[in-house]
Amino acid sequence: MFAAENGLKGDPRLQAISNAIRVVPHFPKQGIMFQDITTLLLDHKAFKHTVDIFVERYKDMDISVVAGVEARGFMFGPSIALAIGAKFVPLRKPKKLPGEVIAEAYELEYGRDCLEMHVGAVEAGERAIVIDDLVATGGTLSAAIRLLERVGAQVVECGCVIGLREVKGQLRLNGKPLYILVEPREIDGC
Amino acid sequence: MLVREQLTMSDYRDKDPLIHGIQSKIRVVPNFPKPGIMFQDITTLLLDPKAFKDTIDLFVERYKGKNISVVAGIEARGFIFGPPIALEIGAKFVPLRKPKKLPGKVISEEYVLEYGKDCLEMHVGAVEPGERALVVDDLIATGGTLCAAMQLLERVGAEVVECACVIELPDLKGRERLNGKPLYVLVESH
Repeated sequence: MFAAENGLKGDPRLQAISNAIRVVPHFPKQGIMFQDITTLLLDHKAFKHTVDIFVERYKDMDISVVAGVEARGFMFGPSIALAIGAKFVPLRKPKKLPGEVIAEAYELEYGRDCLEMHVGAVEAGERAIVIDDLVATGGTLSAAIRLLERVGAQVVECGCVIGLREVKGQLRLNGKPLYILVEPREIDGC
Repeated sequence: MLVREQLTMSDYRDKDPLIHGIQSKIRVVPNFPKPGIMFQDITTLLLDPKAFKDTIDLFVERYKGKNISVVAGIEARGFIFGPPIALEIGAKFVPLRKPKKLPGKVISEEYVLEYGKDCLEMHVGAVEPGERALVVDDLIATGGTLCAAMQLLERVGAEVVECACVIELPDLKGRERLNGKPLYVLVESH
């Protein structure tokens, strides 16, 4: 669900966040209008609004785990975790995490990829959220949800700054609620 | 201030229970990523909300009110510590990334690895001349990556005020590769 339709209608922070995102055409390949959040990170106020909105939403939900998807999920997840008193759990590409891990494969447009989580990072019964910058097809987030559920955690929600058209109208991913701040920006000559 | 800076790290550790708490949460994983390397794993620190918060607070306390407008973080673990610090001190966060990850126009800096070379990139326009910047990463070993990061910032006319890491491996003498720039670390590992 989009934040504007779920309690934050007209909230000026959402417009500030959207305005701070830059669209880079044809990256990483022709035809893709890449939603670049690095310009949001350069705008301290808008970056703070982004974290604040997620913190306001999750702080009273008894969440003990914030899982962030490598690498852009690392830019948002830890600040949220710190503010709500939860642990931060990085979900990483293969061979990056040292020690014992569990792995979950997922489909890409062409081929497959894999997400890993540390064994022992999350305990059965913990309430978790998954954070990433953007959700497109939901493949990566679905893998993240499966990793957490495999160790017995309860995924309460997935939170993303941007949600692409494919997910609009989709309230849930793998049966889990999806919470999105803004839609993709169009190229408007700016 | 001069007397405090002359204290050795073990003085800090003995005197500061916060530092001791942080150090105790860092896990050493032997023979990762290859035999002979004792890997300093900070993910266990992130699982302890108090210790993670103490880590960030120590950096924020040092840098708040010093007119720092840029916190540059090195992919990927610098993305975990950098943004919370940036948000607290009112600075922008600038990700420094492996090649081809940042969309749009970038500048690159090559650096030497044990075997071969690697490259760090920064967005053109992210940092302006005269800005005061920090470079943040989880760990300094040989200093090669931090040195490349400093070069990127200086090439666009920023002033690197300090490099900040959670952990230093002093035996690898990374401190000496920083072109005289100060290094601040919380924990030493021999």
